[in-house]
Amino acid sequence: MALVGYLIRRLLTGIIVVWLVATITFFLFFARPVYTVARQIAGHAATPQVIQEAINNLGLNKPIMTQYWHFLNDLVHGNLGYSYYTGESVDTMLRQDLPPTISLVIGGTILWLIVGLAVGVISATRARSVFDRVASVGVLIGLSMPAFVIGELLIGYVFQPLYSHGFHFFNTGYAGITSGISPFFGHMILPWITLATIQAAVYTRLSRGQLLETLGEDYIRTARSKGLSERRVIFRHGVRAALTPVLSQLGVDMGQLLGGVVVVETVFGLGGIGQISVEAVDQDNLPVIIGFVIIAAIFVVIANIVVDLLYAALDPRVRIT
Amino acid sequence: MSAFTEARFEAHEAEEASGIPQPSQVQGRTQWQLTWMRLRSDKVSMIALVVIVIMIILAIAAPAIASLTGHAVNTAYPVNGENADGNPVPPGTNGFILGTDSTGRDLLVRILYGARISLFVGIVTTLIATLLGVGVGLMAGYFGGIIDTVLARFTDAVLAFPYIVLALALAAVFGPSLTIIVVMITFFSWAGIARIVRGQTLSIKEKEYIEAARSLGAGPFRIMFFDILPNLLAPVLVVATLYIPNAVVFESTLSYLTLGIQAPTPSWGNMLSDAQNFYQVAWWYLVFPAVALLITTLAFNLLGDGIRDAMDPRTERLIAARRLRRRVRRSTIKRENKEALESLAVGGTRAETGKKG
Repeated sequence: MALVGYLIRRLLTGIIVVWLVATITFFLFFARPVYTVARQIAGHAATPQVIQEAINNLGLNKPIMTQYWHFLNDLVHGNLGYSYYTGESVDTMLRQDLPPTISLVIGGTILWLIVGLAVGVISATRARSVFDRVASVGVLIGLSMPAFVIGELLIGYVFQPLYSHGFHFFNTGYAGITSGISPFFGHMILPWITLATIQAAVYTRLSRGQLLETLGEDYIRTARSKGLSERRVIFRHGVRAALTPVLSQLGVDMGQLLGGVVVVETVFGLGGIGQISVEAVDQDNLPVIIGFVIIAAIFVVIANIVVDLLYAALDPRVRIT
Repeated sequence: MSAFTEARFEAHEAEEASGIPQPSQVQGRTQWQLTWMRLRSDKVSMIALVVIVIMIILAIAAPAIASLTGHAVNTAYPVNGENADGNPVPPGTNGFILGTDSTGRDLLVRILYGARISLFVGIVTTLIATLLGVGVGLMAGYFGGIIDTVLARFTDAVLAFPYIVLALALAAVFGPSLTIIVVMITFFSWAGIARIVRGQTLSIKEKEYIEAARSLGAGPFRIMFFDILPNLLAPVLVVATLYIPNAVVFESTLSYLTLGIQAPTPSWGNMLSDAQNFYQVAWWYLVFPAVALLITTLAFNLLGDGIRDAMDPRTERLIAARRLRRRVRRSTIKRENKEALESLAVGGTRAETGKKG
């Protein structure tokens, strides 16, 4: 029961956060004159009448609080508004473009956690070995490289040469999982690697440091002196305790993850919600950007709740209250 | 004599022989002197520092170097700078040391001008963010109570916010510009520093000397800036050094997404964005800006790590342990003595004890 109460409380605060984000974004967009927006939509050769008509059509002539009220009302009913350009519903646009984003986020996160933790654990258990040194150089390069550079180098020096030599497994663009397992992986592997590389570096470093710290604790010595196998000592006693700070870092990184998604989608032309938002900025297509910001906020809130629950499951000292 | 004391005795002798100063010769050194000494003995950090200094000099001298090559930064040279197909020419052709870009501009000159923007953004945003972060962190940590709650919650909110998403929104509202980039990066950087400063302040303000200062009648601001601040400069310096490469990466990412520096002004980000359409015909256009970016961020990251290690007193023991072990290996002390020696010197370094117990 405590869990249900906890979830309700977290969801309520989550809703407040989303509302705050939505409100700030909404008012931010009215810091600029509506005239420029309408003018861009109406085109360069538009007469004042046409521009006025565009303003009226978009509802930009109403008082700001009325617009805000409409916006909130629509939002509660799950309506994110309509694209300034095509008149298409933003809901539909975002929903259509969600699959690539979800595939990217899930696959990328799994890959980054596996690689990050595995390298971190191996480095920590063999501190100062050749592997450890090579790994720490790799981590530094990963930390120093922007995602788009990794992505571009992968496209330029992995995808492109292979593709032009008739090896068509790797691909850019997006193919849904319904088009078959092999094309799906072919399209997604390079984006996953890109997303994982930047993030995994942080986790390798964190888990290595934590595990080294943990392995120096007295209870690890106790476990060893009980005669437990080294593997059991490291995984059951060491890694488990070292994981908690890694998890709390994961909660913080969820926001950063979405930034990475925007970049990776743009580099590989995956066409997810991040990419259409970047395109929307060029077009001053405000409803699409607001929609993306709200979805991002919802994602961060939910991801943080999940991370906190995992945290409590992993660390018996943490109680959900 | 036990093996232990014997080993200790021999270590002492070894020290004496190698000319390590005796107690009478020891002079006091401040923490900063010690840090600088340790940093200077770290080759990697020194190379990183030299690379950074060279980068800064090159960036400052960019106009001079441009006039040496005779190529202006935003001028296209369609006659010399493009081949018959209108593609960029490779490095070393017609006086273009690093080749040209898609419109026949000098790549070297543009990379140097890009360095001006990257370093400016990196250093300026980090400076402002550090000042803000230190201020907020000190206030939150020192005053506590409601001030702390509000500031700490706000800090957490900023840390959790997807910043590229907000960057999208801001770029849409105000239009991309250097000012917006600086404001945006600063806004997302101060929070991490504030969090560290707050934590440190919380523990330092309980120390006796703070109490002494208070009983002498020092006001809160005097205590915060003259008594507490000098003691947390070390962690702040480390974090700040590591924030510079982050800011450089952030700027290039924004420019890459066309939300940052706008063409024709060169930035490594927008050059790379343009270069991706040419990698089949001009590898240099993609590789050189990428290398410039990587070298810069890597140098700052390495220097930051080096400073952190140099400030950690445990590193001293690590170096001492390594030095001792080398000396022991050379001398012909029996095996059990050697082990006793190692346990003596290693003590505090977890890395050593954690290694297969």
